[in-house]
Amino acid sequence: MTGLILGFLYALIALGYTMVYGVLKLINFAHDVIFATGGIAVFYLFGLWLGITEPVTGAELALVVTAALLIGGLASSGAAAALERLAYRPLRRRNAARLSYLITAIGASFFMTYMYQQDFLLGTGKRSFPNFMDRQSAVTEDFLGTRVTDIMFLVVVTSIVCLIVLDRFINKTRTGRSIRALSEDITASQLMGVNVDRVIVTTFVVGGFFAGVAGVLYGMRFGNVVFNMGFIPGLKAFTAAVLGGIGNIRGAMVGGLTLGLVEHLSSVCIGSEWKNVVAFSVLVLVLIFKPTGIMGERMGG
Amino acid sequence: MAKERDLRSYMNNNYPKTSERVPDGVVKVGDPLFKGWQAIGYGRYLVGALIMLAIPILIDPEIIPALEGVDSPIPFIQGGFGIRVLVVTGIWILLALGLSVVVGMAGLLDLGYVAFFMLGAYTTAFMTPSGGADQFHIVEWPNVAALPFAVLVCVLAGIALGIPTLRLRGDYLAIVTLGFHEIVRQTANNLTITNGSRGIPGIERPDVGLPLSLGGVNTEFGVLSSHTYWMFLLVPAIILAVIMIRHLEDSRVGRYWTAIREDEVAASAMGVPVVKMKVLAFAIGASTSGVAGWIFAGYATFISPNNFPLLYSILILAAVVIGGLGSISGAVLGAILVTGLPEVVREASGGQTIFGFDPETGRIAIFGFLLVVVMIFRPGGLLAPRRRRIELSEASAAEGVIIDESAQPSKDELEYAASIHEDAQRKEGD
Amino acid sequence: MAALLKVDHVTMQFGGLRALGDVNFEINEGEIFGLIGPNGAGKTTLFNCVTGVYSPSEGQVDFSGQPITGKRPDQIVSIGICRTFQQIRLFPNMTALENVIVGADARHKTSIFGAILRSPRRKREELEAEETALDLLDFCGIKRYANDLGRNLSYGDQRRLEIARALATKPKLVLLDEPAAGMNPVEKNGLRDLVRKIRDNGTTVLLIEHDMKVVMGLSDRVAVLDHGEVIAEGLPEQVQSNPKVIEAYLGSGAGGTAGGPATGEPPTDDPIAAPTQGEK
Repeated sequence: MTGLILGFLYALIALGYTMVYGVLKLINFAHDVIFATGGIAVFYLFGLWLGITEPVTGAELALVVTAALLIGGLASSGAAAALERLAYRPLRRRNAARLSYLITAIGASFFMTYMYQQDFLLGTGKRSFPNFMDRQSAVTEDFLGTRVTDIMFLVVVTSIVCLIVLDRFINKTRTGRSIRALSEDITASQLMGVNVDRVIVTTFVVGGFFAGVAGVLYGMRFGNVVFNMGFIPGLKAFTAAVLGGIGNIRGAMVGGLTLGLVEHLSSVCIGSEWKNVVAFSVLVLVLIFKPTGIMGERMGG
Repeated sequence: MAKERDLRSYMNNNYPKTSERVPDGVVKVGDPLFKGWQAIGYGRYLVGALIMLAIPILIDPEIIPALEGVDSPIPFIQGGFGIRVLVVTGIWILLALGLSVVVGMAGLLDLGYVAFFMLGAYTTAFMTPSGGADQFHIVEWPNVAALPFAVLVCVLAGIALGIPTLRLRGDYLAIVTLGFHEIVRQTANNLTITNGSRGIPGIERPDVGLPLSLGGVNTEFGVLSSHTYWMFLLVPAIILAVIMIRHLEDSRVGRYWTAIREDEVAASAMGVPVVKMKVLAFAIGASTSGVAGWIFAGYATFISPNNFPLLYSILILAAVVIGGLGSISGAVLGAILVTGLPEVVREASGGQTIFGFDPETGRIAIFGFLLVVVMIFRPGGLLAPRRRRIELSEASAAEGVIIDESAQPSKDELEYAASIHEDAQRKEGD
Repeated sequence: MAALLKVDHVTMQFGGLRALGDVNFEINEGEIFGLIGPNGAGKTTLFNCVTGVYSPSEGQVDFSGQPITGKRPDQIVSIGICRTFQQIRLFPNMTALENVIVGADARHKTSIFGAILRSPRRKREELEAEETALDLLDFCGIKRYANDLGRNLSYGDQRRLEIARALATKPKLVLLDEPAAGMNPVEKNGLRDLVRKIRDNGTTVLLIEHDMKVVMGLSDRVAVLDHGEVIAEGLPEQVQSNPKVIEAYLGSGAGGTAGGPATGEPPTDDPIAAPTQGEK
């Protein structure tokens, strides 16, 4: 069960990877930091500034949770937009070789991560995430043999809502259509009058938003934030994206859940210290043998 | 037999570039220095060796009994501590040189290079007496005998990594190599034969068996005298690596790598065995990390998975990229920047923070930032040759181009659009 | 005279798309053979099948009596066939001389150890490569650009450089894919002379070309492809007056300029790229 919860989080983060890849054919290596930014922003805002560290209930809880998710999402969106503007756009202007983008992404990721590590920000250790939602309180004590806490329930519900919203957005709105058009053929879209710059920023913003939501949920679920909290989940989310079909939005969901399940099973069968090895092996194997993933590479449904 | 002349100067003299004319009377800055340097030919290696051998004496003059009591002219990095920094920097230079073959010459982005380094070190540990009595060993040979095996294991690993991944595109290859590093590291962490995260202590130091002497310099490879590590192991290794790379550049192999970088499809159509060449790049690159791993194991006498975090793979890549892709001096410079410089800064600051930056970890943030800056403003790195910078700053026709709104449609696109238009017009006329 | 190249019932299928259907023809040693047809007829696909970029779905290609179907492009080069590309694919940041030397390297045997240790063979081969390359650049009329980057050459000179590079692999048969495209009449004359020189020097030529004057004036024999099938073959005069050929051209735009939508080619811009759709 815990594996599936993580799977939903991977799916949310994977959305960002998959959308940016679909449009720019580029792996946004720095997406892990964008994910972390959501949780860290809420840590600062709700934890240190507003001091909401004790559990709340009822309508207040609903308000706080919604606000936290929104703010985390927006913080990440902002970070993503800044990343696009400052790091990627100059390269696009210059029509740079693809190698450059990846190296820049790596640089940006490490820059942000280790800035977060500085003492004037998070420092090296784990910092407690504001505990506004009681981590112990459970929805049911026994669902298929496991205990489902409120937070776990929240993760599942939020993820599903987000995925439905994004699916609608991509398939039914005009902006969504533009994003899909760019992912199919960027030249033709440009010749058709699509404002490429604006659509690219939107892609980053939307992908970043969901990663930020995941960041907040992550903080709530595990109770802490760390400066490099994005690194491993980021890689696993990327694995999920590739597994489901990079560039494919529904694939991100499928990939995330599949990976969560596989991790959980391997944890049970061969021991949890091999979890990461299994995840990375999945990544390597998928990339080598079936890079198009389970559901193929097309973005729309 | 005709004297082997320098092709570049021959071409420049006999076939001046029509596209680049230097106006009369203009002298390019630094030209006489560069030409003088080139003119020495193989003497350059000698000069380099002498400089490298002189450095430890400068850092720690006391090593020569005659210079007892003389202070080092180099600030901050002095004495025994300074030599330790030198040895570590030397190991990183070897790593950077190897990676520069993979990334710089063949153009294959490798984010997990340190995995080979780790394999080299662990191979050494497994083949020499080390660890506790129950530590796993394949054999227990003297340390020097482990060197060829460390290199062999790394080369085989390079080939093993290369073969399945060689048809992957650049970004995917990068992620696979990253995955490879983590798989290797975590496996070493989890298995009992590698002693898990506790690592393998007590690795033997090399014993050449001959009394080595260099002007009275202490010849033991003991812990007090890292000088011998530097002088007898690292300097020859670095020089050999540099010679190897230089020779490769100027040969059929080097040209093939360049051709593959420029246009893989065209290269294949001109007889370049692309597959073989890429695997070869991995193998050659891995070989220097084998040597580096062996040296490190013998020097540190203790290795554990924590010595080889993923971070180091990224750092060594940063070193090569920032220093300059496709340039030997770039790789060396990059390695010095990434290892040596932060040590200097840390000493200079006396362990305190500078503007709130912890020099230990802040350096990584700075290198990340530098990577971005370098990619935007000086693609290819600091010392990259001009051609590489051009290569990296513009996407070639062979890659998928990431379009920019302000760019004009290309000639092909216009022709295509025109042909559709013509077609439509003709249909109307029917 | 035994055929040098024999294309035997070659069919190329990309998923649902039949790019080539049962193509048969032979090329004899020492001739200039022209391959023409409207846009999208499958000419470049055929080149790709011969040079190992694609493996034909059916059929076989023989060279000097030996089957070469399905071999890799670099193996094809060592067998003695080399090609140029419809859209010029030079090594843009290498000089003209270096471009040609890469071609000459195909015939060299210096191994990696020879390279690292600077064996005498390497020295010999490097000098030989340089001389061969300069000679070939001269042969193609672009010797004075030897030290210029490939990307800086004019369009016509880039085409010549591609030809020089292909010739450096010492092929018995060279495949030229629309070498005259984009050239002005003066350049086209020069190209015609160059192709004749190549043949007179002992290399057989298979030529795709759109410009009727060029291809008819040069070729000893001609084959016409339309929608992936050979609709005519023979002497230029015969083919030119063949009603089926005339109809094929008029139906989708005569005269060899940009024509109708691609039907015989796989649906990508780059005729070399492996198809992303369909099976491979």
